Amino acid sequence: MTATSGTAAEQEQTGAAPEGGEARPPVLEVRDLEVSFPGGRGNADVTAVRGVSYEVRRGEILGIVGESGSGKSVSSLAAIGLLPDYARVRGSIRLHGEELLGLDDRTMAGKRGRAISMVFQDPLSGLTPVYTVGDQVAEAVRVHNPKTSRAEAQKRAAELLTLVGIPDAERRRRAFPHEFSGGMRQRVMIAIAIANDPDVIICDEPTTALDVTIQAQILEVLKAAQRETGAAIVMITHDLGVVAGLVDRVQVMYAGRLVETGSVDDVYYRTRMPYTMGLLGSVPRLDRDGKTPLIPIKGNPPSLTDMPPGCPFAPRCPIATSECDAGEPPLEQVGGAGHSAACIRASEIEANAWTARDVYPVGEIAENPVAQLPREDRGTVLRVEDLAKHHPLMRGALFKRRVGTVYAVDGISFDIREGETLGLVGESGCGKSSTLMEILSLDAPQQGGVEVLGKHSGKVSTRERMDVRRDVQVVFQDPMSSLDPRMRVFEIIAEPLRTHGYSKERIRSRVLELMELVGLDTAAVTRAPAEFSGGQRQRIGIARALALEPKLLVLDEPVSALDVSIQAGVVNLLEELKARLGLSYLFVAHDLSVVRHIADRVAVMYLGKIVEIGDVQSIYRRPTHPYTKALLSAIPLPDPEKERRREHVVLQGDLPNPADPPSGCRFRTRCQKFAVLGEDERSACREREPELRNRVEGAADQAAACHYADTEAVL
Amino acid sequence: MSLSAEREAITTEAAAEISGRWSSLAKELLATRRVVIGLAIILGLIAAAWIGPMLSPWGFGERDFTAFRSPPSADHWFGTGNTGRDIFHMTMVGLQKSILIGLCAALFTTVIAALVGAFAGYYLGITDRALMWVTDLFLVLPQFLILAILYPVLRDSGWLIFVLLLGCLMWMVTAKMVRGMTISLKEREYVLAARYMGVSHGRIILRHILPNMSSLLIVDATINVSSAIILETALSYFGFGIQPPDVTLGSLIAEGSRQALAFPWTFWFCTGLLIVLVLAVNLIGDGLRDALDPHSKSRT
Repeated sequence: MTATSGTAAEQEQTGAAPEGGEARPPVLEVRDLEVSFPGGRGNADVTAVRGVSYEVRRGEILGIVGESGSGKSVSSLAAIGLLPDYARVRGSIRLHGEELLGLDDRTMAGKRGRAISMVFQDPLSGLTPVYTVGDQVAEAVRVHNPKTSRAEAQKRAAELLTLVGIPDAERRRRAFPHEFSGGMRQRVMIAIAIANDPDVIICDEPTTALDVTIQAQILEVLKAAQRETGAAIVMITHDLGVVAGLVDRVQVMYAGRLVETGSVDDVYYRTRMPYTMGLLGSVPRLDRDGKTPLIPIKGNPPSLTDMPPGCPFAPRCPIATSECDAGEPPLEQVGGAGHSAACIRASEIEANAWTARDVYPVGEIAENPVAQLPREDRGTVLRVEDLAKHHPLMRGALFKRRVGTVYAVDGISFDIREGETLGLVGESGCGKSSTLMEILSLDAPQQGGVEVLGKHSGKVSTRERMDVRRDVQVVFQDPMSSLDPRMRVFEIIAEPLRTHGYSKERIRSRVLELMELVGLDTAAVTRAPAEFSGGQRQRIGIARALALEPKLLVLDEPVSALDVSIQAGVVNLLEELKARLGLSYLFVAHDLSVVRHIADRVAVMYLGKIVEIGDVQSIYRRPTHPYTKALLSAIPLPDPEKERRREHVVLQGDLPNPADPPSGCRFRTRCQKFAVLGEDERSACREREPELRNRVEGAADQAAACHYADTEAVL
Repeated sequence: MSLSAEREAITTEAAAEISGRWSSLAKELLATRRVVIGLAIILGLIAAAWIGPMLSPWGFGERDFTAFRSPPSADHWFGTGNTGRDIFHMTMVGLQKSILIGLCAALFTTVIAALVGAFAGYYLGITDRALMWVTDLFLVLPQFLILAILYPVLRDSGWLIFVLLLGCLMWMVTAKMVRGMTISLKEREYVLAARYMGVSHGRIILRHILPNMSSLLIVDATINVSSAIILETALSYFGFGIQPPDVTLGSLIAEGSRQALAFPWTFWFCTGLLIVLVLAVNLIGDGLRDALDPHSKSRT
């Protein structure tokens, strides 16, 4: 099953959920759920969920979408009874008409796993490391059916593992969790969740921690699990793409309340709540060309301890009026049946048919004059030639001996010109970060060369090296750990300036200038980073990187830890800075839609090698390498229609061990093209490593490393 | 023109607020009640230790042959000892030495431990091996054997040498802990960021790594104050450091503890002062830890 059609699943669903769905009683029914946590030590109580109602019927998939802190996880934890004892829960949660709230933990434990089960976000910590995965699945079976014999439970475990797509389950059930990759572990978690044919499966961001190719696999598994058990699924996510093709109904949560609910098509195409519009508009689109700025939602979600009296979204809403502050708008029906929104201007939005672009005014992003010159006429900022980074694998405690080599980066070449952004993409473990670290260390590489602004790394004096440091700066992925928590913002931004010998007065004015440049309040320089939100912290990180007026900014997944609405603001800022300051970016990301939005050229990495490189239009419109195609195909689009029509290429298995890469073409073990080749054609893939060169007619700037590159469309 | 004027205004306005890291830390510390109380106690003890002997009508070596082991009275505020010496005077003189030794040795120990551990953990490789080899050596060598060897050389040197000696006996375990924490801290992105902006290794250790384990170091230093005072007693017993007739809190406690039940004043006053001293140091350490902790609730 390399390619699975979305339509099959769709038919299945329509069969399972007939139009007269109202006739059937809901499996899980939540009414006016309120959850609050008492604030300790004189702090105000935190009300995480404020009056949420929903219901799911058999065979239905409900999506709950919201940013971090919107209360989506807390509401589902309440449903399964896993909130801490001190949480105060009010309202009603009924499973098959039976009230769950107020049940004691023993009774609840009897239902958990049998009638209602959960798949958690982090597959790494979801399994006990000291038991085999087979034992853990078997335990889930036996705990609810004590009469099952050990052997029967083991047999059932193997069946379940096969069902969730673990090859050779009979043998692999004896493996320990650490022997499984993240995606495989998530499959085991799903196997545990469906072990007792539950009626409701709650999935809390099941794919957030995984790569896109693995995400596509897991979504397929979830669909299969749903077909198999006929359960209702509640899918909690922040990714509007994931839910678009998967769910029947969507609920959008904001500040602990539902702000818009309805069928997928209603919510995506006939959006009536400005927040949902913002969310949809802030997602970079893989299926759209052109450099239109994303729609950021300004500000931050309100603190759950002291909520403004009116609409909680009003402070961030561009069309808020004074009436919005008067009282919280109720969730009322708008337009079609089952579609409701909590906005007093919903009818106005409907009457005028406003879209996100009408509601959220966005500026144009100017282009830097340098970027208009042809590429060949611009200076080279960074040139990487045949760069390699191999880590020795050592064994033994006293006498260490080398037992192998990890080929983290294995001979890659690219260059970045002035005012250009190169996106470096690939799954985790493909060597993206190792490449960055090699470039940034400015040491002589093990093999090949790195040339920054004409200076070869490792061949310059200490003084010159310091000068190169000025020109190359870095922004890290995690804004939590990239700023020293003990320093205040002023010192953080001033540090590079101090290091490079700026005078005190100069530092002071420069820091304030930088704060303004990245859109932060200059008065905030005396605060500690812990007092800022994720997006603001990333802005501080950018300000620090820009302090020395670098020519090249290396961005290591700068937006992947941020919520989409915040991410859009940071992406826009990066684009604006690039135009204003004439920067060049090396943008590393696993999110191909962000890269399409920001990059001029793209390089796709797989197992330490670049498999395809070229300008962004060619790569996205006409990818030629099978891996690029698979990556593009795996990304869900936030567009239900298109998503249902698409055929996803689902790659098999995981990234091979980088210490023992396959012979010939490294991608052949997972390649969808290799799978359909004839035996004699395959021998080329096995024996000869394809070189990176132009493979298609008429493409000026596109090279792929595949013997059988073609331009067959995927999107 | 208006724009530049505006910028000027912003600059001067904010400039007033951007105070240095240390002055703002001091301000925050002085606003914490615990710290103020702790500081007041320590200052009080210091004052008592240096001014007290002057107020006492008795001299340091002077004996009152009319009162052996007499309880506290108007004549002898803290009573007298076995040989008729005034306990108040002795305790205050002992306090002088103990404050000096306790605070200096604790500070010295923690500084050594932090530097050795941080450098070993940061550089790893040969530096690490050398430093850890020295640490292990200090750990396994019998301390009193070294003292016996050093005794002839050091017996007539002043208390400063004695402080160094005390410090040398106490730093090893903390250094190992610091090394472990450094190894995990050096992989943090803010350390990488500092390295990629060209900050020197020494500065990274001092500005990023050590401040981020300040909680550990402060707790360690406060505990070390009391253990230095106790260890000093043990060493004095073997004939190092402070010798009779000179006294310290430690030697007074050692002597008084033998007769604590029969003549409680020979024991309780010096012990009480030691407890007060350690308590005050703990209060300051506690406040310092909170002030340095970016997540503490007291910040608003």
